[in-house]
Amino acid sequence: MEIPVEVKLRFYSSMLRIRKFELKAAELFGQGQVPGSIHSCAGQEACAEGVCARLRTDDYLIGAHRGHGQCLAKGAESRYLLAELLGKKSGYCLGKGGSMHVAVPEIGILGTNGIVGGGIPSALGVAVAVQYRGTDQVVTCFFGEGASNQGTFHETLNIASLWSLPIIFICENNLYAELTPHRLHLKLPDVARRAEAYGIPSTVVDGNDVLAVYEAAGVAVERARSGGGPTFIEGKTYRWEGHFVGDPAKYRPAGELEEWKGRDPILRLKAHLLENGLADGDQLAGIEMSIEEEIKEAVEFAVSSNPPDPSTDLMSGVYAAFDGF
Amino acid sequence: MANLNYIRAINVALTEEMERDPDIFLAGEDVGEPGGSFTETRGIWQKYGFRRAKDTPISESAILGIALGAAMAGLRPVVEIMFNDFIGVCADQLFNQIAKARYMFGSKFKLPITIMANCGGGISAGPQHSQSWEAMCMHVPGLKVVMPATVYDAKGLLKAAIRDDDPVVYLHHKALYRLREEISDGDYTVSLGKAAVRKEGRDVTLLAVSAMVHTALKAAGRLEQEGIKAEVIDLRSIVPLDKQTVLDSVKKTGRAVIVHEAVKVAGIGAEVSAMIMEEAFDYLDAPIQRVAAPYVPVPFSPALEKAYLPDEEAVIQAVRKIA
Repeated sequence: MEIPVEVKLRFYSSMLRIRKFELKAAELFGQGQVPGSIHSCAGQEACAEGVCARLRTDDYLIGAHRGHGQCLAKGAESRYLLAELLGKKSGYCLGKGGSMHVAVPEIGILGTNGIVGGGIPSALGVAVAVQYRGTDQVVTCFFGEGASNQGTFHETLNIASLWSLPIIFICENNLYAELTPHRLHLKLPDVARRAEAYGIPSTVVDGNDVLAVYEAAGVAVERARSGGGPTFIEGKTYRWEGHFVGDPAKYRPAGELEEWKGRDPILRLKAHLLENGLADGDQLAGIEMSIEEEIKEAVEFAVSSNPPDPSTDLMSGVYAAFDGF
Repeated sequence: MANLNYIRAINVALTEEMERDPDIFLAGEDVGEPGGSFTETRGIWQKYGFRRAKDTPISESAILGIALGAAMAGLRPVVEIMFNDFIGVCADQLFNQIAKARYMFGSKFKLPITIMANCGGGISAGPQHSQSWEAMCMHVPGLKVVMPATVYDAKGLLKAAIRDDDPVVYLHHKALYRLREEISDGDYTVSLGKAAVRKEGRDVTLLAVSAMVHTALKAAGRLEQEGIKAEVIDLRSIVPLDKQTVLDSVKKTGRAVIVHEAVKVAGIGAEVSAMIMEEAFDYLDAPIQRVAAPYVPVPFSPALEKAYLPDEEAVIQAVRKIA
């Protein structure tokens, strides 16, 4: 089925937002404004966007540590996400979580996660709740190929299949788990074959082709909403930065990054739009400028925001009822 | 009134709570159709089916993930980790995910999770099925921990734990399952954060948890014959801890012996002892004693396990040391 041009323009602006956010975050990190470490998804935008464009606000997303793009594609606002990365009180989690622990439950984002594979089992519980209530919401669960080696991945896929839960598993295979290439940690070239072993229909897509991801996601969402159970989508993609921003990534062979930059998901979509007369250069430039404005404004907001106040914010919020020892 | 045993009281609490609140469901190994490996969930699957009583595969991390995800999505899950020793299998989900999700996500989530697990030794279950891990659960901020010692509390604390909007680890002692009491058959709860004075006294305070409450009471009975009146306090709520009751008692008696089945080193006795020292030092007439298990895994052979577990004699010796 033909994807409407408005949807393709949404892909364009959303992926640009993710790209520019990630590049800006890396720049701020280089200036010492971002505490701790961040994991950039620049280059991987199509995976998050192609899936999230199929989702409603009341659908759920569980992310991993490379999750800014997933949050933005699901509808998070750049300013509050950036403020969280900077450890400010105006951030989504009051500055208490940071990049790897962002949740925006009002739009279904139930958390990025700092433990590889740590968020995957909770997808089961969210899906159980959906099934319990008899709604047609879906649960997306994002992770990388590295996480597919954690026991939690296997436990979760088995139960998702066994109970026919409305979960869409999205594996962003970016060829490296932390600093180690795929061939050194995973026997199978395609992670999707693991899903087959659990009885879950799976597909491997070009993770840098947002149209292909969107197609695959459409099948998966329809299956989940209609009670058909889980689907596994493996997107082959690549991260431009190292594992964390600042990682020199010497483990990458020369030329590999350049080759993948040649498959930039945003430039590919741009070419598609222009070549097919679906948008003109001015329109696309206009979109890019408005995203740039948005990111600029997000930076001003985040940088000028205050950090949380230890006298009121340190000890509060651990429990619903109990003030601690 | 009803004459029940400890495990039946747990079953009654679960049944009543599930009837009262449609957002509660159970998940765990053998908790559905089989009725629970200890009969603790008997009759529930028969009443509600898979929707509210889910038999899971042997996948502890997934079981806790089910609890966390369902809570984040607005339900009130009660899950079982069969033996608290199996927390070792799913420790990330308990300590890094469930315990931290409320705080690190900016207090956006209410996590009304109850995690039932058994604890304790004395039935030759061996090193990996006999431990008491309340100290580990106390040490990571974000969890609440309760350990009922009586049939009354087994029912009341479980109801309170289920109604609590925070994650509660409910540790039921496997050697207490056949303990029998006459208890109210109405709806009641035992508040978290409230210790119980099981026996009043003025000469020494015995602070005990779980099965050791009964050991402490037996020891107190024998000490009474020697003219030593021990006050026995059942802590029953580890997090929140009822500091007030503990301190009031120690200020009255001036002497304290902490009795727990868990290993002495870095057990909850160490925390309670330090707390008493910090907050009631001037009231102490003797150093605080701890009666607890030695620094070895729980041995299998009954001859060794008997020597391993603290008993009345050990409590009496500890009291005599500071009398």
